[in-house]
Amino acid sequence: MKFVDEFRDAKMINKTAEEIRRLADSGRHYRIMEVCGGHTHAIYRFGLKDILPENIELIHGPGCPVCVLPMGRIDDGLSLANDPMVIFAAFGDMMRVPGRQGSPLEHKARGMDVRVVYSPSDALKLARANPDRHVMFFAIGFETTSPSTALTLIRAKAEGIRNFSVFCNHVTIIPAIRAILDSPDMRLDAFIGPGHVSTVIGCRPYEWIARDQRKPIVISGFEPLDILQSIVMILRQLRAGEAKVELQYKRVVPWEGNRAALQALADVFQLRPYFEWRGLGFISQSALRIRDAYAEWDSEQRFGIPGVRVIDPKAAQCGEVLKGVLKPAQCKLFGTECTPEHPVGALMVSSEGSCAAYHNYEHRKAAAGLSV
Amino acid sequence: MCLAIPGKIVEILGASGSLATVEVSGVRRKVDLGLLQDDMPQPGDWVLIHVGFAMSKISEQDALDQMNTLRMLGETEQAMQEVRGYGLEEN
Amino acid sequence: MRSVPQLRTPQSRGGIVSLTEKPAPPDLLPRIHFRDSQIEMAHGAGGKASRRLVEGLFAPLLFGTFPQPLSDAARVTVGDVQVAITTDSFVVSPLIFPGGSIGELAINGTVNDLAVSGAKPEAVVVTFVLEAGLPTGFLEAEVRAMARAAERAGVRVVGGDTKVVEHGKADRMYVTTSGIGSPLHGVNIDPHSVRIGDRVILSGPIGDHGITILLARGDLDIETDLRSDTRSVFPLIEAMAREAAPGIRWMRDPTRGGVATSLNELTRDCGLAIHLDEDEIPIRDSVRGACELLGLDPLHIANEGQFLAVVSPELSTRALNALQQVPGGHEARIIGEMREHPPAAVLIKTRYGGSRIVDMLVGDPLPRIC
Repeated sequence: MKFVDEFRDAKMINKTAEEIRRLADSGRHYRIMEVCGGHTHAIYRFGLKDILPENIELIHGPGCPVCVLPMGRIDDGLSLANDPMVIFAAFGDMMRVPGRQGSPLEHKARGMDVRVVYSPSDALKLARANPDRHVMFFAIGFETTSPSTALTLIRAKAEGIRNFSVFCNHVTIIPAIRAILDSPDMRLDAFIGPGHVSTVIGCRPYEWIARDQRKPIVISGFEPLDILQSIVMILRQLRAGEAKVELQYKRVVPWEGNRAALQALADVFQLRPYFEWRGLGFISQSALRIRDAYAEWDSEQRFGIPGVRVIDPKAAQCGEVLKGVLKPAQCKLFGTECTPEHPVGALMVSSEGSCAAYHNYEHRKAAAGLSV
Repeated sequence: MCLAIPGKIVEILGASGSLATVEVSGVRRKVDLGLLQDDMPQPGDWVLIHVGFAMSKISEQDALDQMNTLRMLGETEQAMQEVRGYGLEEN
Repeated sequence: MRSVPQLRTPQSRGGIVSLTEKPAPPDLLPRIHFRDSQIEMAHGAGGKASRRLVEGLFAPLLFGTFPQPLSDAARVTVGDVQVAITTDSFVVSPLIFPGGSIGELAINGTVNDLAVSGAKPEAVVVTFVLEAGLPTGFLEAEVRAMARAAERAGVRVVGGDTKVVEHGKADRMYVTTSGIGSPLHGVNIDPHSVRIGDRVILSGPIGDHGITILLARGDLDIETDLRSDTRSVFPLIEAMAREAAPGIRWMRDPTRGGVATSLNELTRDCGLAIHLDEDEIPIRDSVRGACELLGLDPLHIANEGQFLAVVSPELSTRALNALQQVPGGHEARIIGEMREHPPAAVLIKTRYGGSRIVDMLVGDPLPRIC
């Protein structure tokens, strides 16, 4: 696969890992956070922890849009779809996330019309194909995904497709990073920045991290060579006492971002004054709602939702794991009450949630002493 | 939020030109080019695909540059050591 | 008087159940340990949830109170002849897809279950549950496909049953096949005979069937040239057994749940680890492309024309060579090895030294965007 296989080349990976070992100061313990859940997934999938030196610790950040979605929002979405007229459409990632009466898949087993879609435009297609039903698209994702929802709404309005609405749970990444840095338990040396979010927002929105917080941040791609090269760039900055925003993922990310995508976002969405993030609490200006100009395509404005708030069990330490303060295995419920089959918190449901990733890919290795 | 894959534009579809057939390793899917309207890709170009939308054009040159930079890892340090050996540095 | 039901899952205690003994009445009611309050789709997906249902509910009530390794086919003695027996049901949608249809899956599925249990498939019976309103032409086409598949597989269809249910109560057609086979000489399948150092052989490229079905449903709007790999694997197993029978410890056909599920089941039964080499696993470009696009792991995707075998190190090369000589076996590879750690787990390694655990899924694999 072009633009994929070259960045999985074993020789180059070994070479880059060697450079990391050369650059890492053996007397120092490095704590580097990868913000994006996609990076968390890649790190486990490619077994990158096995080839990094022991004194480089990768901390998983909160960039998992499924993980930070409060259970109440799932209940709200499912309550809207609890009508034979409605087709509930969502990405596969959402299908096993538990609401209070079960996940979307469990609702499907009980007779709700639930469809997995790969794209919001597929949800719109469903609406075109089923004029006597209403398609409700449960939208999630950071800035990588929200422009696609925006364009889909623009198209829906332009075509006058009235049997379609979006239940919007899009969130933004910068407030999440701010919440991490504001946390008093946090001690981080640098960030691996979210490469795909940055194709939309560019690299400027991270400048305050380097300037005010004095932490290097390298915007990284998702192949093994990308992540390793980003670590090389971080180590070089740390050695030189620098703190700046650097772009590793040059082949894809424009420094200024994607103007057309940002315009679509501005046309369709506005920031909610505040939004609840599971595990992190209420964060202001951190999530998107659909503008009044598109009110007819906003499930919340069109149909009124119960506004359920579900408090997570105290024993679940999702917040601390999300912030990187605790490792998944340190949560008291990990592996016992909370497993991928019976998840208590959302970090165990999403395949890129730190707990699920750790449980599925790693912890039996650690138990057998096969990894650091 | 992050699963995005490189694919090659095979054919631009329709009058508006905002839809294209993209191929990934023998697999084809229609992809919306609406987010790239400022600089529309042509057949043969590579784009990054996320949830059925093209997010960005992929620069082959930047990819090659990246591989070259990585290939030179360790060599820069070696070259520096050799230079130091000549005693040409000021301190 | 024995205090527990006599009928156990065959493959235990020497493996044979005699049908001439009458079971003693239980005076202890077996208890189930299945905690789910209702049946979900996941329970049929072949992964962890399926296993919970089988081990927690069916096994204690039907197979006796002691947990036994579950296998693809059971061995039963009738008089003084040992026979392999198995059953499988097919509820796949769509019913017709590139490379095959439900009828072929139904024949090949049971044939393959017998083959991987180390038996030559001899005869099959078929049950149809048909939805009222199903066009006859459709049914005829499926039955023709089954006849062709049976002929290709060298197996006789000797009987069956038909039921018709009201419109809406079946997804057009459900098919169940049950088959019997004669054990291959010298082949003893037993997960407890697996040893550290044994090699894991895979017969050919993974993921063709599952991805074909997923794409044929049409929701994902993805096109490929992929076809289901449905076929009888008996000729391959027969050839392998001829060269390496004493070395064959275990076999399985990785259907729903994929290679990951089958290998995890083995590690749970024998307590050892399996180390897989990522580069050695055969996979077609378009399966790989579809998996990357949808965020799926090919190891979790169903196959209908492949099998896994664990073979002793001394005979694994001969086994592999034998496979590669048979038409359709040229892509067979040794993909890994039995090791000690981590116990009861499957590990996959990259060429650059990275590794990860490969676990069973809870339910069916779902495309993801994150």
